[in-house]
Amino acid sequence: MSLAALAETDTVGLPPWVRLRFDRVRDRWVLLAPERVLFPCPTSVLILERLGDRRRLGEVIDALAEEFSAPRATISADVRRMLQDLADQGFLSVEARETMHG
Amino acid sequence: MADAGLPLGRRDPWTEPPMGLLAELTHRCPLQCPYCSNPLELERASDELSTAEWCRVLDEAEALGVLQVHLSGGEPTARQDLEAIVAHARGLGLYTNLITAGVLLDERRLQALREAGLDHVQLSFQGAKPETSDRIGGYRGGHAKKVAVGRAVRAVGLPLTVNAVVHRQNLDELEDMIGLALELGAHRIEVAHVQYYGWALLNRAALMPTREQLEAATAIVERARRELRGRLVIDYVIPDYWAKRPKPCMGGWGSNVLNVTPQGKVMPCHAAASIPGLTFASVREHPLRWIWQESPAFQVFRGTDWLPEPCRSCERKEIDFGGCRCQALALTGDPTATDPACELSPFHRALFEVASAESTAPPPPFVYRRPMREAPALGPVRLQA
Repeated sequence: MSLAALAETDTVGLPPWVRLRFDRVRDRWVLLAPERVLFPCPTSVLILERLGDRRRLGEVIDALAEEFSAPRATISADVRRMLQDLADQGFLSVEARETMHG
Repeated sequence: MADAGLPLGRRDPWTEPPMGLLAELTHRCPLQCPYCSNPLELERASDELSTAEWCRVLDEAEALGVLQVHLSGGEPTARQDLEAIVAHARGLGLYTNLITAGVLLDERRLQALREAGLDHVQLSFQGAKPETSDRIGGYRGGHAKKVAVGRAVRAVGLPLTVNAVVHRQNLDELEDMIGLALELGAHRIEVAHVQYYGWALLNRAALMPTREQLEAATAIVERARRELRGRLVIDYVIPDYWAKRPKPCMGGWGSNVLNVTPQGKVMPCHAAASIPGLTFASVREHPLRWIWQESPAFQVFRGTDWLPEPCRSCERKEIDFGGCRCQALALTGDPTATDPACELSPFHRALFEVASAESTAPPPPFVYRRPMREAPALGPVRLQA
């Protein structure tokens, strides 16, 4: 089974084994997972902070598009690229809203 | 070898922060794996760091920039104060990872560890079948306990990685080990071929896979990675003896990780004590910051200035730093030599021949790791260039 492309109705969030925190020694955000440390760029941090506990992908895109008065299509492409990459590495939990959907 | 055989080492303090701390809480362990990664000479339980001392080490580590703490051993759950150590680490914001054989755990203790703030559990399996697993670990009934503990890890809501150490005597169970990880609800499996340092070197002929076994295992891992993408992360470590290039041991000497032994000695890797002439400072006598930034044992192989040829002029020197110092010492007698895992090493051909010969001969019996046993002398393992 390969991972399907993310749908706007999917609920996305950080899985329980991944933690986002600010590292005061390095003065930057870090994403911590078993035996891995990622240093997300500022844009990625904005996205990760807005995932909250877990949230529907469409809502995350809406919120960012409104907050930054940016075209939704641009935001959508950036958010999807970043989250897909995280999902492929096992850093994101994705739940389809309806299991029978598409 | 005297100190004179070692490089002078870097002089300026190393200001890059470490990422991880491997906390070897104890060398006690109920298992007797023939590839045990603890040093040949184990440290006594009566000299182990106290709870308060470990908490102070964690404070110093966090201030130095450590982000993750791996609670390991021996068997870390043999310490009754594990919950207190986890709680302290988590209170500092450290990512806490328990590396365990599982046989001393139950659901109640796992619940307590979760409540203390544990982030993640890595549970080792020695095979997929109980008879294989119990024979390799030298612990009857161990496999059944591990399966129960794996379920309990998930039942209390903790994330699980299955650690599968593989070699010629369990590689035919690799697919089933991946299946076991899925069945237990693990989100990750680490498939690591045995690396031949310390105790594993004593058992090399009993553990070395054939080239064909290695290729079959790699194909299984690659297929599983494709098929399970997004469901199971698979980390894979291949054996040096069949490699063309060495691994960047610990990501480079003194670059990423601090290893603290049960008695508080601080080393750049868990096998570094095998290198004669190095003195490892203790957290009982020195601040962790000084040990990391300035102590001679950390400075000695840092960076690339000390590298001999052919490493010095190699384009990969910033990638692998000449490979593993402990392996270079064990196989060539010189800790500064190019790791024989590299095909540019004059010893590489001999390494390849050892792997070919040992992996195709009938396996000798295991020399089990028994806690009270004198460390046996390592037979002739030096290669001829």
